[in-house]
Amino acid sequence: MNNDLSLHAQFAKVWDNLPGWGQLAAVNHTSISRRFMLTGTVFFIIGGVLAMLIRSQLALPEQELISPALYAQLFTMHGTVMMFLFAIPILEGAAMYLIPKMIGTRDLVFPRLSALGYYCYLFGGIIIMTSLFLGIAPDSGWFMYTPLSSAEFSAGPGSDFWLLGITFVEISAVSAGVELTVSILRTRAPGMSLSKMPIFCWYILAMALMIVFGFPPLILASILLELERAAGMPFFDPAAGGDPILWQHLFWLFGHPEVYIIFLPAAGIVSTIIPVFAGRPLVGYRWIVLAIITMGFVSFGLWVHHMFTVGIPQLAQAFFSIASMLVAIPTAIQVFAWIATLWTGRVRFELPMLWMFGFLFIFVCGGLTGVMLALVPFDWQVHDTHFVVAHFHYVLIGGMLFPLIGGLYYWLPHLSGRMPTMHMGKWAFWLIFIGFNATFLMMHLTGLLGMPRRVVTYEAGLGWDWLNMLSTFGSFIMASGFGMLMLDVILHFRYGQKARFNPWQADTLEWATGTPPTSYNFLSLPTVKTRHPLWDKPDLRSTISDGAHGLKRIGHGRRELYGTDAVTGKLIEVIHIPTHSWLPLVTALFLAALCISLLSRAYLVALAITVIAAICVFRWAWVNGAHKEMAPLTADEEQRDEPKLHSRTMNGPGLWGMVVTLLSDGSLYLSLLFGWLYLWTVAPGGKVPDVSAVSITAMTISGVTLTVAVLLYHRVIKMLRSGAASKLPAQFAGVFVFGALHLATLIYVTITSKLAVTDNAHDAALFVMLMFLLFHSSIAVVASGLQIFRAKKGYISQALPYEPAVLHPFWLFTLGIFWVSFACFLIMPLVW
Amino acid sequence: MGDRAVKVIILAITLSLSGCNGRYSILDPAGPHAQAVMWLWWGMLIVGSLVLFGVCAIWWYAMRKPHKKYSEDEVKGVTNRLVVLGGIALPVACITVLLGFGIPIGHSMLPWPSEQAIKVEVHAKQWLWEVHYPAQNIQLQDKIVIPAGVPIDIHVSSEDVIHSFWVPRLGGKMDAIPGRTNVLRLLGDKPGTYGGQCAEYCGLAHTKMKFEVSVLAEREFSLWVSQQQKEQASSE
Repeated sequence: MNNDLSLHAQFAKVWDNLPGWGQLAAVNHTSISRRFMLTGTVFFIIGGVLAMLIRSQLALPEQELISPALYAQLFTMHGTVMMFLFAIPILEGAAMYLIPKMIGTRDLVFPRLSALGYYCYLFGGIIIMTSLFLGIAPDSGWFMYTPLSSAEFSAGPGSDFWLLGITFVEISAVSAGVELTVSILRTRAPGMSLSKMPIFCWYILAMALMIVFGFPPLILASILLELERAAGMPFFDPAAGGDPILWQHLFWLFGHPEVYIIFLPAAGIVSTIIPVFAGRPLVGYRWIVLAIITMGFVSFGLWVHHMFTVGIPQLAQAFFSIASMLVAIPTAIQVFAWIATLWTGRVRFELPMLWMFGFLFIFVCGGLTGVMLALVPFDWQVHDTHFVVAHFHYVLIGGMLFPLIGGLYYWLPHLSGRMPTMHMGKWAFWLIFIGFNATFLMMHLTGLLGMPRRVVTYEAGLGWDWLNMLSTFGSFIMASGFGMLMLDVILHFRYGQKARFNPWQADTLEWATGTPPTSYNFLSLPTVKTRHPLWDKPDLRSTISDGAHGLKRIGHGRRELYGTDAVTGKLIEVIHIPTHSWLPLVTALFLAALCISLLSRAYLVALAITVIAAICVFRWAWVNGAHKEMAPLTADEEQRDEPKLHSRTMNGPGLWGMVVTLLSDGSLYLSLLFGWLYLWTVAPGGKVPDVSAVSITAMTISGVTLTVAVLLYHRVIKMLRSGAASKLPAQFAGVFVFGALHLATLIYVTITSKLAVTDNAHDAALFVMLMFLLFHSSIAVVASGLQIFRAKKGYISQALPYEPAVLHPFWLFTLGIFWVSFACFLIMPLVW
Repeated sequence: MGDRAVKVIILAITLSLSGCNGRYSILDPAGPHAQAVMWLWWGMLIVGSLVLFGVCAIWWYAMRKPHKKYSEDEVKGVTNRLVVLGGIALPVACITVLLGFGIPIGHSMLPWPSEQAIKVEVHAKQWLWEVHYPAQNIQLQDKIVIPAGVPIDIHVSSEDVIHSFWVPRLGGKMDAIPGRTNVLRLLGDKPGTYGGQCAEYCGLAHTKMKFEVSVLAEREFSLWVSQQQKEQASSE
């Protein structure tokens, strides 16, 4: 017993955060995810207050409570805050909290990235909110349609705050997406094959991959619009070959998957809670997995249904209309699988189940109006009216917020170690449920009576008066419900009854950690043989805590996880992850400074800060892998009865992280290619010049040297694979030299090109493409330059072949985008 | 007996519809396009409500029904029945019916080539509507006059930002986008004056960007045209 205690103490010493200010250097997933959720709640309150102001202004006809200018800022910020600063981050936070615990591991696989993501979110959120307090907030609506958001029609810095601030926040979303994907695929408990994974993990895997593919179109669009505003590159100006509709395509190419990114994790909560309270496994597990995957794919093919009134060809409208309706099928499959689970189970009616029922009613209602809106002639009438406002509040509040609150009550004992009670919880539910329906049910009618969205006021006698009064009244009831909900949760932390072990009799591993959990979740890592580990082995918690399972030694002082096969869950390696660090905070601070300097248009300062931020990032990379701060090679490491450390293999998490990041990067590149093709072929004034403004010869030379560099790099990897690597520093030097030659030619090409970037959209797109290539080539060359030194220092060797394998896909990607750009952007227009 | 029931239903509908009147009401149509969409709405509302309450009722019943032990095979049976019927057959049936009604209606609203059609150019700018009848050479602002029963092709364009042209009681809306011209067909069959408004947020005075459409009987419209032509010629 004494021995056990000291084992726990030893684990705590390695895994706990630093005390005091050192908390800011924390990287542990439990700490970071709590911060995500807490910050998200604060933004939810802010977004809610904005909504109350909007509702107050609309309560009576012809009111002048709020000026049209302020009103525009309010509705823009309400949407922006709720979507980007509340919904996405809080769901990511919940996923980051639960995923490692559910898959039976100790932390996420890139903990420092989690910390960076959090700080980017926090600072980005603060920057965006500042604009509101300064009265210069973005005011063109949360989807920022240009030309209204352009320099000509929004001269102030409002749009810049949105474009730069949101892009900054998106770094956080994409990094969480990458991290969750790799964690789910590579660090599940030994034996947990994909088919034994808790259903929640499937939802989060789909969400994470959708973030990875879905956010880049918006990131690209924001970069293009900011370049148009700041540097006059006319991507969206029809007079110079641009097209405002391109913005809408890119925005909704992100915006529609976004809805499912929000819905999927919430549905995952429903799929987790219902079987527990039905006291039986989820029925139709395979049906649901199939539905999730279908939804993920289909959601990328629906974006045009936000654009039925812009004059898209009829056939395309019909296609997107039908596709939008078909999403009803995977949704309905899930709903009926949940019903079947309840049908065949013995249902206990606890507080979370109340929220599940509220979810069902509101979400199904929102789904039905969604099918209606997908019908083109109906959409022509109600598009941009309060009918749509009512619809998406039904979908988002019903489909996301209700399950989230149900989940909050369900996992509350896990967070606090105390039980929630029905008393106040029930009141909060009914206030929110009734308030919500009072606000939004009749708002459908308001829209049908012709009230457009985003009007600051309306004349009396149009039939809208009593409906708006009712909506405002309902919204205040709902707000009081949220007040009660928060009070209930806060009070429970103090007065709630202590929770027993596994209080809801759940089947998933997160309940086998302590409640509240320790920083390392599990003292020893169990092998999982079924989909319901806690139902099959109720004593799992004590055996884990007694150290009866794997990876229980901590004397080495490293934070270690099991790395398993992505599909079968077979144990293949031990992953050592970095500990607390100030680098994420410092890097995020410089990125925030970059954001602010761009906002204030101090471009020289911005350039200097970019260099400093890059130095931080490379320093971060430097102390990884086999660096002596991390996991240096030791003489006796072969004697351990555990698998090899990942940095001794070529298949570590870094490789997976790189590949998933490149998928995201590839999505950005494809968006750029799409944008360019669109401007050429669809935009009203689109055309390409007859002569290339970029020297084809010089580009060819640049491409050939790049190809040589990549071939050399590829040879190094082959040698490392076959175990015959030698003279590594010289090998990397070869790569570096050819890479540098390529980079130098590329810079030369860029500088000498005769691109009229402010006169026509085609040249501007070409310029962005060149910048994209330069960015990748620079990183690849600098990284390989550093590899020379790392090989000299012995961080890379035949025994430590991990890092070259991580950079390998990056070089291949750089090569790929170079030749694709060469063929599409430069050669295709000439031979057309 | 059946006759009386029909009367009662018609009376009830008329009464509830009186709450649907209004200058901009989609539910108070004054032309065949808007009318078709209104019927579409009432149909969808009825089916949608049935589905919503049906699903909620099954859920509630599943939660509250007396417990029974199910064998693995029975569970499979229940699941497949519910998922296949509710999850696949139900949405497929609803969508098929919806498209069966919706596609012809959408089709009938399109601006198909027509000899009869009158072309009206509407140029939106912050925050007004410039109206031009190219064949008749008439200019108006924030006001359109059209004959009843004749298809009107509104050619919508924009000077500055994106606006959206919308006369709820006559038909759907169409965005006015810089660099493009979109065509919307309007059809009014009841003489009267109907409200129009900008539906896409277009800046500070978006709320005030309104216009009016007067539908005249065909003879009166011809009179109006010649009168306008005279007036505008004399003012030039």
